[in-house]
Amino acid sequence: MAGQSDPELSLFSAEELEFIAEDEIVDIVPNLKMGPLNFISGDFGPFIPQIVAQVPLWLAVALKKRGKCSICPPQWMCVEKLTQVLEAERNSQEMSEQLPFHYVEISRLLFDHANDDISDAYMVRSLIEDIRDVRFHKVETDLEAFNGRTIAVKIKNLSAMEVNIVRPFIGRALQAFYKHDSPELIPDPERVPDRRPQVVQNAPRRQLRR
Amino acid sequence: MASSSMEGSMPTMDEYEALLSTTDVELLKRAWRSEKAAPEILRYDFDLVGRVTEQLQLMEETVEEKSTSGADPLSLSLYQMDLDRTLFLLRSYLRIRIQKIEKYMFHIRKSDELWNRLSKGEKDFASRCIDDLKQHLEESVLSKLPENYQSVEKQSVISEEDDMVPEPRLDTFVLCRSKEYLSGIQLEDGPVDDRSKLFEMEPGVLYFICYKSIKPLVESGKIDLL
Repeated sequence: MAGQSDPELSLFSAEELEFIAEDEIVDIVPNLKMGPLNFISGDFGPFIPQIVAQVPLWLAVALKKRGKCSICPPQWMCVEKLTQVLEAERNSQEMSEQLPFHYVEISRLLFDHANDDISDAYMVRSLIEDIRDVRFHKVETDLEAFNGRTIAVKIKNLSAMEVNIVRPFIGRALQAFYKHDSPELIPDPERVPDRRPQVVQNAPRRQLRR
Repeated sequence: MASSSMEGSMPTMDEYEALLSTTDVELLKRAWRSEKAAPEILRYDFDLVGRVTEQLQLMEETVEEKSTSGADPLSLSLYQMDLDRTLFLLRSYLRIRIQKIEKYMFHIRKSDELWNRLSKGEKDFASRCIDDLKQHLEESVLSKLPENYQSVEKQSVISEEDDMVPEPRLDTFVLCRSKEYLSGIQLEDGPVDDRSKLFEMEPGVLYFICYKSIKPLVESGKIDLL
């Protein structure tokens, strides 16, 4: 059923993210002969054995499940490239640009269905896990830098899954900052030495006993 | 704006991306994502939904035909999968809209601009919903309250505005991305001294911004909500 994911948790559920990622194009090597497919979402094929074809990921997975093709892992999914990316991630505060937006979903789908098509699958899998950890750690440290002055947040090269995880937090945090720093609540912004949230005081301030 | 056709020999990867980005399914996906991310209801894309429904019906008939004429079961199941995926997008899109209508129906009814964003079916649904809800509230609660408190929209006769009507929060922060370089965005809210600053957006970079500030750009299609 095309139900709605719970907006309290996150805008998109993990399954919906996978659905979106499944439209990405991958290369496959079919081992069957099939005429062109005229889908609503596009035209693909014809399929000739041993000739590489480009299809969306969902189609590739469907064919693979039925043993009709083998999937070529995308260029970024090899040990050398990933080691490079991991080094880059560890050495710099910026996010690497070399990973596609949906790298988490794509790699998960390929591991689940096309494990035998990936050379050195174990190594690749552990590299991707490491990359995910390093990136997420970076995101977390970036988030600590929020303060009342933040009116918009710019995120470079974050991937879809990471974005979906931090989205509710960032939304609520920015909302809270916006609410507490709203000028109606702060009587005189010049006087405020730091950016602690102000509370409207109707009565004169009581002196705290020391 | 139907699917563009490719000319020449086997398309390259880039051309494939371009082709996909103009298909109705891609447009529907974009509309679905925007609708999910936006706090208020967006304009109903009559043309798009009409075309997609047509294509779906056509495809269903084709699949029917093929299954009776004994075509290859593999390609049949693939066509069915594609059909199911597009159907999911359409259904989810319509369901989110209905969810929003249910939440904010009084508010939508009051504003002409929002009312015009609904499709005919949605307008009927909203009217019936409002009537039913009003009737239910009046019979079960409001008629038993003292005279001055019997309105569905106002807390009491002395309220100046319709404060019993839930309104969508337009100042929620949303994730967005622009396709081209945009400058001169006025940030509506925020700390007083920053309000006059003009914000700019680079293409392809994600930003978290207050929805109010980018509302017109979303409507004109320059910014995608994610």
